[in-house]
Amino acid sequence: MRFRIRRTLEEKSQIVEYEIPLENPTLLEALNYLKLKVDRSLTFSSGCRSEICGSCAVRVNGKEKLACGYKLQENDLIEPLRYGEVIRDLVVDMNGALDTLKRSKAYLDSFKEATITYEDEKRIEIQTDCILCVSCFSSCPVLEVNGEFLGPFALTRVYRYVNDKREANVKDKIDVIQKNGIWDCTLCGECTMACPQGIDPKNDILMLRGKSSEFGYSDPSFSQGFGGFDDFGFNPSGF
Amino acid sequence: MVDILIIGGGGAGLSGALRAKEMGAKVLVVNKAYPTRAQTSMAQGGINAVLEDDKEKIKAHIEDTLRSSMGLGDEEMIRKMCENAKEGVLWLDRIGVPFSRTEDGKIAQRKLGGAKDKRACYSQDYTGLKILHTLYDQCVKENIEILNEKFLLNFIVEDGEVFGATFLDIREMKVEPIYAKSVIVATGGYAHLYHGFSTNSSHATGDGVAAALRAGGKLSNLEFVQFHPTALKNSSILISESARGAGGKLLNQKGERFVDELKTRDEVSRAVFREIEKGNEVFLDIRHLGEEFIEENLPQERKLAIFYEGIDPIKDLIPIKPAAHYTMGGIAVNRDLQSSIRGLFAIGEASEAMTHGANRLGGNSLLELVVFSKDAVRNAYEFAKKRDSFKEPKEQIKKDENFLNAVYYLPNKIDFYEKREMIGKILYQNCGVFREDINLKAALSYVRQAQKELPFMGISDKSRVYNTNLVEFIEFGNMLELSEALLVAAISRRESRGAHFREDFPKSDKSYEARSIIWKEEGVICGDFVKVGNEI
Ligand SMILES: Cc1cc2nc3c(=O)[nH]c(=O)nc-3n(C[C@H](O)[C@H](O)[C@H](O)COP(=O)(O)OP(=O)(O)OC[C@H]3O[C@@H](n4cnc5c(N)ncnc54)[C@H](O)[C@@H]3O)c2cc1C
Ligand code: SF4
Ligand code: SF4
Ligand code: FES
Repeated sequence: MRFRIRRTLEEKSQIVEYEIPLENPTLLEALNYLKLKVDRSLTFSSGCRSEICGSCAVRVNGKEKLACGYKLQENDLIEPLRYGEVIRDLVVDMNGALDTLKRSKAYLDSFKEATITYEDEKRIEIQTDCILCVSCFSSCPVLEVNGEFLGPFALTRVYRYVNDKREANVKDKIDVIQKNGIWDCTLCGECTMACPQGIDPKNDILMLRGKSSEFGYSDPSFSQGFGGFDDFGFNPSGF
Repeated sequence: MVDILIIGGGGAGLSGALRAKEMGAKVLVVNKAYPTRAQTSMAQGGINAVLEDDKEKIKAHIEDTLRSSMGLGDEEMIRKMCENAKEGVLWLDRIGVPFSRTEDGKIAQRKLGGAKDKRACYSQDYTGLKILHTLYDQCVKENIEILNEKFLLNFIVEDGEVFGATFLDIREMKVEPIYAKSVIVATGGYAHLYHGFSTNSSHATGDGVAAALRAGGKLSNLEFVQFHPTALKNSSILISESARGAGGKLLNQKGERFVDELKTRDEVSRAVFREIEKGNEVFLDIRHLGEEFIEENLPQERKLAIFYEGIDPIKDLIPIKPAAHYTMGGIAVNRDLQSSIRGLFAIGEASEAMTHGANRLGGNSLLELVVFSKDAVRNAYEFAKKRDSFKEPKEQIKKDENFLNAVYYLPNKIDFYEKREMIGKILYQNCGVFREDINLKAALSYVRQAQKELPFMGISDKSRVYNTNLVEFIEFGNMLELSEALLVAAISRRESRGAHFREDFPKSDKSYEARSIIWKEEGVICGDFVKVGNEI
């Protein structure tokens, strides 16, 4: 089986082709094979090998995949995730991506006593399945033009806490995701496609928009870009 | 300088960090990956706690744990763990862990193997994942300083007292010291010594435990390794107990059943291993449960079998083998969770805190790390506050720098990856579910030979940036160090007890009702037995 890896060789990014004798391997098995049998300098991260620790996400032909959860195909091109400095080969600096959790206050901030029912827990079940593999972040086209964008997984996590009855300070969370947050998303759905856990950050962002309007926020691009009713030239009350 | 340096950012390390912050201590967490990548994420079953104010039920939890420990658990520690279990779980709940709920809004609980009552609190099959991520979210909130991709090399110890630790910065491949008034080790277990035969993450190389041994610290009960009977044959990925609980059967290739599937993990593991030794293949059969039932109750198991083994359990048998799953042994600590090195504490799977003894109950390890991280942090903080004169010894850094530079020039004549695989196999065969003096000694001489050859192994990647070849070499060194200690402990315990089964001594022997203690003097392994509860 032949496939290609974008590597960092002599401090340059280069695509290298490999051939391995394995049958139907996962990408992680293939990478381990290469490291053991072909080139000890091949650099990548892994851990659980069962899609739960979130260590091994890479891009395969431009789409994010967990190496341990993807079966290698003939001629695949394997590349590191986007929007973090490539440290070496497939290892990327995660600190920038993880920093979005802090910026978006994606945590339980002020606890209040509340009975969590079966349904309450179900409402945050899927969002709390996130393994922080950062695939969705790498897939998001908005981050290409706006590095300050909070990105999909942080917003999904905010939604999870906004939806948690134990959180007393929902408003604070809604406030911090207005700028470079929910309204900057184009709803393209790339993040949803990329998520190995079946999480739908795009929908969570939509839900957060709904939630924001409850707090009096609205789409800033609507009033700015479009100019709003007044700027358009007619005055509704003048009808 | 920080009051408490926590090494390891899994469930134990992050719980400790949050508790330290609550107490007002200055704390720093350092780990070799990123916190949410820790093995804690893999725990599925649950965390034990009696949530009612029911003394009888708490008593039953204590009794179940004591029974399972087979005389090697300390009643005082176990009592402390079980009585504080509710506080621990409610603390997790208050910081936001999304525990599954019952219809009437209570934390849902289920029964795990070896337990009298339903007491495991869970979040679907993602208990560890959701606990770990919630802990991480709180660390973000509390601004806890966490350094990632720094690999613990050695503790800085002088006259039996700890002053910090040295780390390898993986990005820059440089040695750096971190001094601290107290140190808590939370680096996890060592089941990955059984390379190729372990359900664990590849990070479970026992680095902290090995470093404690090098620093003159005492380790205990290393020989107690819990094997899980149903790991997938090729990948060693765990198929959870729920498959057997729901009625899954164990068969050989002739279709014969050979064991009562609901017996304890070690009994079932031994029966499976016996079959494999006879040249049989062993399978888990859930076909009779039907597609609908499997899809509803065992979807995860089905998915794993299809993806990693290439078979569909609805119509095929699932090939399995026993695999190393949890290490009961670790850094020996006293009741205050302090090791034999003053100021060095240990929690989580890295420690042997007299709670699991000869066998761990499912759901007790997450509990232990939540409850004891609080006690350890309190004691470490007290220790830190009392410390007046402090030095910053430099020798260890020099030694580690010299070592690191030397590794780049080792001849690389012998391949350590091959040795790692070999040692995994040998440990599995000779120091696995069945053990015997002669086989243990053969394994020990293999390991000692490999230690002698270490200077001829080395690395072929000479890069000074994120060199995983080198990191894996150091992990391999740790594995060798611990393999030797594990084997010596297994040889010394001439009896069978819990997970340690000696074919030449198939019965338990009252005179061994004690912790096996291993330490090093001038590079030589020493061993002893100490009564449970006595100072080590
Ligand atoms: C498949 C599976 C299922 C399980 N299910 C359950 C269950 O249902 N219930 C239960 O109670 N228990 C369960 N367990 C056991 C339980 O998950 C572990 O015992 C527990 O999570 C260990 O936590 P820890 O914090 O001690 O270590 P870990 O989570 O392993 O964390 C160790 C940390 O130390 C760091 N580290 C390691 N070495 C170094 C180094 N050299 N330098 C710096 N940092 C280092 C790592 O990066 C990591 O952050 C299960 C285990 C497995 C494998
Ligand atoms: S839907 Fe929004 S967050 Fe998701 S990838 Fe597209 S722009 Fe990014
Ligand atoms: S939302 Fe999905 S893709 Fe994004 S980090 Fe979480 S698990 Fe990964
Ligand atoms: S190795 Fe853990 S998610 Fe792939």
